[in-house]
Amino acid sequence: MDQLALLGRKGLDKLAAFGRAGMILYQSLVAKPQPLVMFPLFVKQIYFIGVLSLIIIVVSGLFIGMVLGLQGYTILVDYGSEQAVGQMVALSLVRELAPVVTALLFAGRAGSALTAEIGLMKATEQLSSLEMIGVDPLRRIIAPRFWAGFICLPILSAIFAIVGVYGGSIVSIDWLGIYDGSFWANMQNSVNFYDDVLNGLIKAVVFGFVVTWIAVFQGYDCIPTSEGISQATTKTVVYSSLAVLGLDFILTAVMFGEL
Amino acid sequence: MTQFDDVVIDIQKLSFSRGDRPIYNEVDIKIPRGKITAIMGPSGTGKTTLLKLIGGQLKPDSGSIFVDSKNIPALSRSDLFNVRERMGMLFQSGALFTDISVFENVAFPIRVHTDLSEDMIRDVVLMKLHAVGLRGAHDLMPSELSGGMARRVALARAIALDPDIVMYDEPFTGQDPIAMGVLVNLIRRLNHSLGHTSIIVSHDIQETLGIADYIYIIADSKVIASGTPEELSRVESEQVKQFIQGLPDGPVPFHFPANDYEDDLLKGNR
Amino acid sequence: MRMRILEISVGAFILAGILALVGLALNVSGLNVSNTEGAYTVYARFENIGGLTPRAKVTMSGVAIGEVTEVVLDRDELVARVAMNIHSDVDFLSTDSSASILTAGLLGEQYIGITVGAEEEYLQNGDYIEDTQSALVLEELIGKFLFNEVSE
Repeated sequence: MDQLALLGRKGLDKLAAFGRAGMILYQSLVAKPQPLVMFPLFVKQIYFIGVLSLIIIVVSGLFIGMVLGLQGYTILVDYGSEQAVGQMVALSLVRELAPVVTALLFAGRAGSALTAEIGLMKATEQLSSLEMIGVDPLRRIIAPRFWAGFICLPILSAIFAIVGVYGGSIVSIDWLGIYDGSFWANMQNSVNFYDDVLNGLIKAVVFGFVVTWIAVFQGYDCIPTSEGISQATTKTVVYSSLAVLGLDFILTAVMFGEL
Repeated sequence: MTQFDDVVIDIQKLSFSRGDRPIYNEVDIKIPRGKITAIMGPSGTGKTTLLKLIGGQLKPDSGSIFVDSKNIPALSRSDLFNVRERMGMLFQSGALFTDISVFENVAFPIRVHTDLSEDMIRDVVLMKLHAVGLRGAHDLMPSELSGGMARRVALARAIALDPDIVMYDEPFTGQDPIAMGVLVNLIRRLNHSLGHTSIIVSHDIQETLGIADYIYIIADSKVIASGTPEELSRVESEQVKQFIQGLPDGPVPFHFPANDYEDDLLKGNR
Repeated sequence: MRMRILEISVGAFILAGILALVGLALNVSGLNVSNTEGAYTVYARFENIGGLTPRAKVTMSGVAIGEVTEVVLDRDELVARVAMNIHSDVDFLSTDSSASILTAGLLGEQYIGITVGAEEEYLQNGDYIEDTQSALVLEELIGKFLFNEVSE
């Protein structure tokens, strides 16, 4: 019986946490915009969240594209369809790998950094200071980071995709000897901008929203000790990854299910 | 409790609990204008919470907190914003904003609440930094400051707008003697020259008794004693005596509840 | 100074993202930007459309001249009816043209190939292509094969 009560209490706690997360989402985003003050903060956050993630995204994209090219060739050559490598690489990247892998890497690099930063601000009472001076920390600290994460992920995802395709093309054309005309032509024939590229970007936008929301909430809600911050960072990475993979399944089913 | 001529903060029947734990139970506190008032008590009794309640960061379960006749818990957001312009708070760790310079930290409240030109802001910031002795450090980043220096910068930031009420959260904790002396000196000097009301939350008997005009001692969610330092040293209550004299054992026991000592030792591995 | 470097890199970052998107649009998905000329609709009925879906290509001699917009069941004739958008500048399809459902490669997707006839009159918006060839259905193929075998 005790176990059941414990389980019930945990469930209610999670529900309460979810409610708090919803409230900070609302309070951060729904308010009078103050462009003069907010825009520089927003730009600064795009730098920290997006620009500094570029290296890991580009390197990962390149390697994944190259692996796809290699593996794709190996599999297709048995069916005599190695000319289809281009479309295999492009479709896998644009529809699935670019948004999902970018989101997972983003959660690990930028998400955990966000959580740690906000958690540390809470622990050193910087958030309280802001409140006492009369500035709402949700508007000044949380909101710019929210919008930045929202914008950065689709950009990173597009960069990942194109770098991956490039990597795949290097492997296929330069190393494996696929004719470059048919590589690109087959790819262009089978990748549809609206159905594939745009849907992939929509996924990236959704992932950006969810990962940033989780990261920001965990930082804001954490126990303000070094142990608490460490727990919060771990939760960010774990919850974000699970959410991304779960949402990916739902979105894929909705977007590509009928094809 | 003596009656004051001019009360700037009037706390009436304040009740506040955190979860199941009652922190304050129908507490009455009056803070006189222009003086240094200390709030003291054992650790964990919620002294910092009181400052947060006065500043409107927390809402009490019941009771009222009148600051210059305005009831803080009942204020609207914009009214609270205006009231906060008249309050300055020095947090225990300084709480400087780590991503901006010392200058920008002190300038921050000025930029938020006023529309002054850059030249004027520069003058005010340098004046405040000069008052705490750190004018030459205005270009440094908070990470480059020592703990004591960081607190002084935070103090400069707290008085940037010349507030009517300055609150100090455990200002003496963990300071070396020189830094402590500097801080005590600053608090007293600023209080006299700027004429604001100072509220110090502390559990450091020595320094606080030396500087405060009036003291409240809080324990068990109630005010157990109040008065001038001289009045308190004559109080009969065992609880107050233990606190003021720093006795290890008394109403707050030294030993955590445990079994009989002899039994524990003789029982071996248990 | 630091702020300036920051702003420049953020600007470059966003520009890179836009370029990536453009690259994806043009090189990877072959988005045809010049498709603003307009198109006219032509219909065709098929016994069996096989795996033909909307957005499938419509070609003539292998060159893309339009795409399939709609695949529905024609209630009057009780067969499948396909609607195709043909580019406006392809206005020389004679009224006796034929449309066949072909497959691209072994595992490929299906598309429509149009062969022009001899008539002087051309198909207009809303016209029907009469001569159609349905998709190859495996069972019918096997049936034909067996039938031929048996009759020998």
